[in-house]
Amino acid sequence: MITQVSTSLYHQLLAVFEEGLTSKGHLEQVVTLRKEAFARFKESGFPTTKMEDWKYTNLLPIVSQQYLLHDNIPGKSVDLKKAFIPGLDAYQLVLVNGHYRADLSDSITEDGVFISPIEDIVDNASFLKHFAQYADKTDNPLVALNTALFGGGLFIHIGKHVTLEKSIQLIHVTSTSEALFNQTRNLVVLERNAEAELIESFITNDDGTGLNNIVSEIVLEENARLQHYYLQIANEQSRYLNHTEIQQARHSLYNNYNCSFPGAQFIRNNINVRQNDSAVESHLYGITLTAKDQFVDNHTIMDHRMPNCESYEWYKNITQNTSTAVFNGKIFVREDAQKTNAFQQNNNMLIGEKSVVYTKPQLEIFADDVKCSHGCTMGQFDDDALFYLRARGVGEISARVLLIHAFAFDVTEKFSNIKVKAYVDRLIEQGLVID
Amino acid sequence: MLSIKNLQASVDDKQILKGLNLEVKAGEVHAIMGPNGSGKSTLASVLAGREAFEVTCREATLDGKDLLELSPEDRAREGLFLAFQYPVEIPGVSNINFLKTAVNEIRAYKGLAPMEAKEFLKRVKEKQKLVEFDAKLANRSLNEGFSGGEKKRNEIFQLAMLEPKLAILDETDSGLDIDALRIVANGVNHLRSENNAFILITHYQRLLEYIVPDYVHVLYNGRIVKSGTKELALELEEKGYDWLKESVDTEESAAL
Repeated sequence: MITQVSTSLYHQLLAVFEEGLTSKGHLEQVVTLRKEAFARFKESGFPTTKMEDWKYTNLLPIVSQQYLLHDNIPGKSVDLKKAFIPGLDAYQLVLVNGHYRADLSDSITEDGVFISPIEDIVDNASFLKHFAQYADKTDNPLVALNTALFGGGLFIHIGKHVTLEKSIQLIHVTSTSEALFNQTRNLVVLERNAEAELIESFITNDDGTGLNNIVSEIVLEENARLQHYYLQIANEQSRYLNHTEIQQARHSLYNNYNCSFPGAQFIRNNINVRQNDSAVESHLYGITLTAKDQFVDNHTIMDHRMPNCESYEWYKNITQNTSTAVFNGKIFVREDAQKTNAFQQNNNMLIGEKSVVYTKPQLEIFADDVKCSHGCTMGQFDDDALFYLRARGVGEISARVLLIHAFAFDVTEKFSNIKVKAYVDRLIEQGLVID
Repeated sequence: MLSIKNLQASVDDKQILKGLNLEVKAGEVHAIMGPNGSGKSTLASVLAGREAFEVTCREATLDGKDLLELSPEDRAREGLFLAFQYPVEIPGVSNINFLKTAVNEIRAYKGLAPMEAKEFLKRVKEKQKLVEFDAKLANRSLNEGFSGGEKKRNEIFQLAMLEPKLAILDETDSGLDIDALRIVANGVNHLRSENNAFILITHYQRLLEYIVPDYVHVLYNGRIVKSGTKELALELEEKGYDWLKESVDTEESAAL
């Protein structure tokens, strides 16, 4: 039964769906999926803190207000400067309030690459095979809501044996002067032996409140390789609910680099990696730097389902002022997943005296021949190290920057793209609050 | 060069330095000895600017500049160097990058342009050789996983790189074997000049066989209670501190 009948967004959404505003999906199969998803959302409502996965993450204040449910002004001018990554040569794809903007995006003419706004797809075998087949299997009500009512997004399909010559930078722009609820849906499929790098930047224009519910499903077929970056640099008015569901086939490699910086008031990332076959490798790296009263919650699931797979996860949180960071890393090693190698580490540096970190490493092992480790540390700024550096003539600000970089180093050194690494190092520097 | 008058410092309301006077001129090497808890390391920390101490009554100037008014980094930029008793390990900060930052921030303070990369590397090589510091260590994270001796040698390497006016070596000899001690001492002897000065804080006379001081002071109960030349160190080695302690304690109780 729903528990928050009073939330205004919930009622708004109910009305919208029942008015049939979204039935423009031409594909019957898709329409059916969306109806079913809506029924699930209607039943569950928004997640509440009574659910274990949302214990520290209270959505109530966020969903208790009215939002515009649609804002797709064609040709709306936006400023992409903030997403600029010095020295990066990438195909730029732009979503404004979740809607693809061809006029702001590069066209990719490489063979075997197909990119289309998700709402325009009429008949595509790969799309129909994968759409809403994975994320909707989880119990996240926000996925159901997204499936039912997403407004835009992208379908990115990289054909077999294609190695993209350049990275794809997908820029999510929230641009609004009024409170706006965007729902974006992406599906990324890499066929056999395909290789790509996807860099997602989240930015804001204008100063209206933007609530974004973004669901991405990623399918890596045999021996496909994806480097996947999240660069969260939106402003204080924005709120993000991201759910990413990754499906990996044999010999595939998935690397996620999840970076959040001071700005966005509320961020919840769910990153679920499903290793569906043997000899799969996955890496999840995270660096979160928070400030003011920001709230950033990273929930990951590393699901080892088959033998001889490897996963490596390392998340670092640095909390300043009165901000809050949450890390919940769940590793499943299923009965069949013998010879699994799973490593997880979470390190936290609480700089703000009133900042908060909730961390929960979880390991559930059902196989008996595996190697797993997890660990977690909590610490503060090392004043002895700071004094040591200052006593050598290094100014206090430079010394703090050196030490924060040093703390982040285990994660940033893993970045496959050195341009992005340099960019992230700079964002860390800029994000430091020096009093 | 360094002039300290009536320096008093306390930590957590416990007074540790109780009116310390010291004059150090360019070209001189001073040794400060004294029993445990006499305030030797406190003196080093107070001069370098560690915040844990409350400095109450004071005057400490380096070439006329009031040290106690300056931040730790500005003291270093004015030419003060503290070789730490316990050098800090900082994983993730490379030795070389850190030194480059330090050298260039000191240069910027003096209005000089950053050092050319080539010039910097040349200097690194030269100084590494001088203090027999392994190039592999220089490229590692700052002191991470270094042995005690390697850490102390790194301090001397940094000293060589930064070329301070006044260097304070806080028990640099502790925990060193004879070979490491010789290397550290050689480094310091090479760096001694008419324009700089050293203060050696030590428990043992041993270091002073390698680095011969111009003056030896005994610190006890927060004050310098006896000063002399290198012969004083030998006397202390032979007789210990008790005879000094006794005479000072008698004097103090008499004064009361």
